[in-house]
Amino acid sequence: MDGPSDVPLRQASGVAAPSLRAVHLAGVDVAFPEPKGGVFKAVSNATLAVAPNEFVAIVGPTGCGKSTLLNCAAGLLKPAGGTVEILGAPLSGLNGHAGYLFQQDALMPWKTALANVALALEVGGVPTAEAMARAQVWLTRVGLKSFGDRYSHQLSGGQRKRVALAQVLIRDPKILLMDEPFGPLDAQTRQIMGNLLLDLWAADRKTVLFVTHDLEEAIALADRVVIMSAGPAARIIGDHTIDIPRPRDATEVRLQPRFHDIHRAIWAQLRDEVVKAYGGEVG
Amino acid sequence: MPIARWKLLALQAAVAITAIAIWHIGSAGTLGVTFLPKFFFSAPWDVGARVVKLFGDGTARIAHCTDPLDITRLLSTSDACFGKTIWQHLSVTLIEGLLAFVIGSAAGILFGFWFARRPLVAAVFDPYIKMFNALPRVVLAPIFMLWLGLGIWSKVALGVTLVFFIVFFNVYQGVREVSPVILANARMLGMNDRQLFRHVYWPSALSWMFSSLHTSVGFAIIGAVVGEYLGSAAGLGYLIQQAEGTFDVTGVFAGMVILAAFVLGIDWVVTLVERRLLVWKPPAASSQT
Repeated sequence: MDGPSDVPLRQASGVAAPSLRAVHLAGVDVAFPEPKGGVFKAVSNATLAVAPNEFVAIVGPTGCGKSTLLNCAAGLLKPAGGTVEILGAPLSGLNGHAGYLFQQDALMPWKTALANVALALEVGGVPTAEAMARAQVWLTRVGLKSFGDRYSHQLSGGQRKRVALAQVLIRDPKILLMDEPFGPLDAQTRQIMGNLLLDLWAADRKTVLFVTHDLEEAIALADRVVIMSAGPAARIIGDHTIDIPRPRDATEVRLQPRFHDIHRAIWAQLRDEVVKAYGGEVG
Repeated sequence: MPIARWKLLALQAAVAITAIAIWHIGSAGTLGVTFLPKFFFSAPWDVGARVVKLFGDGTARIAHCTDPLDITRLLSTSDACFGKTIWQHLSVTLIEGLLAFVIGSAAGILFGFWFARRPLVAAVFDPYIKMFNALPRVVLAPIFMLWLGLGIWSKVALGVTLVFFIVFFNVYQGVREVSPVILANARMLGMNDRQLFRHVYWPSALSWMFSSLHTSVGFAIIGAVVGEYLGSAAGLGYLIQQAEGTFDVTGVFAGMVILAAFVLGIDWVVTLVERRLLVWKPPAASSQT
């Protein structure tokens, strides 16, 4: 959808045609009650449209409400104002079209890796034997062919993420919501996981909303990078199309001059917000 | 640093041998001073001989029985070949303990779930639960005997009041402290309430319950023995109480030795069960042997 465009970086419109919206957040406000009374406004008037098959990354300083916005799209959180539309229909309750990959460990520790993946199908009424067989295929796909009988604590952080990814993707959701999924991993594992994600994504190009605080990761993976301001009352302040051609290698793409140009342009905008976020915390 | 198995066993045996040696020297007056008089402390050989005699007599009685034993004769103290033998005392205490454990756990699980899922119920009953839990359970024993008689059920009831609270608090905690991330993930995977219960709440609550398995099984046995001690016609508590009644210190010590071995045996079984059920749990930082 975005061919190689000319330098300088162009600002994307942020609004796709109505029929092309997989996820549409319009004027979303999120507020939490504060312990001492009053209301903490986390996100203010955020508008974001994601087209089908588009990979959008949301980047912002720590604590800016990126995950909050994602939870609105998942239906885990009800916004105080604005509307959330999924595939053209207003969202009520949980988002049944979406798979959600959490930052923290979300596997059931009392089930093996295979049982965890199979459970995602069993919940939908697939017979256990069939679910197990299909789960094994997915474990193989994420590189854990012989790890099916392991429990959560017997897997490394990266392996647990692979299982979680298989658990989400086996249901074949139309939309993939990812909340800093590779955040807890070390740098090398993150890039390996990034490549795995790109490989799996290339197969059917699901709509992806990917939250991260790592700008390099966002540029390496996404079609579009959205910048959020520092909280409270975080807004969307930037929207950049990443015109690096696919297929990409999440590691090698970082060496391209085009990557550096894009990084420089976005970072100029993001830097002020990061400073603000930390200044706000210290002051 | 891991300790070699043989070294640990040798050291553990050394502790027992030292204790028995001091006991022997003190009661036999080998050093010229009888600092552990037999009247108060008995002697290791006497206690050992009594244990052997109890089992020998009991086994001899059973050996004469030709017809197979059934559960009612197992509990009947006037049974010709089984009544008042050590085997009957052991079986009675075991049956009482098991019943107390099963009934107490079932009630604890039921109420734990109910209270955890209904905050209003939990809030209303909170002071009463605390009140009953704070009550020393021994004072209930006479009431249970009045209500349920001198048979096994008054002991089971006493054990149930002990087991219930342990299981109840653990299940309550287990349901309340399900990781919010796991719960959110389960909901995003499309689980309905019934599936959430089966795949998330239930295993979480059970894992908490199993982590207190040693304590609750131990309390079930304590309930049984204390109940027997306060009034019964059979059981290990009865055995010890009868010996005490006649200043038979050797009998008291023999009863204590048998009780200790019995509890150790049960604890060993619980460890096996636990290992089987909690296979998914990461090993604790300090390993137990």
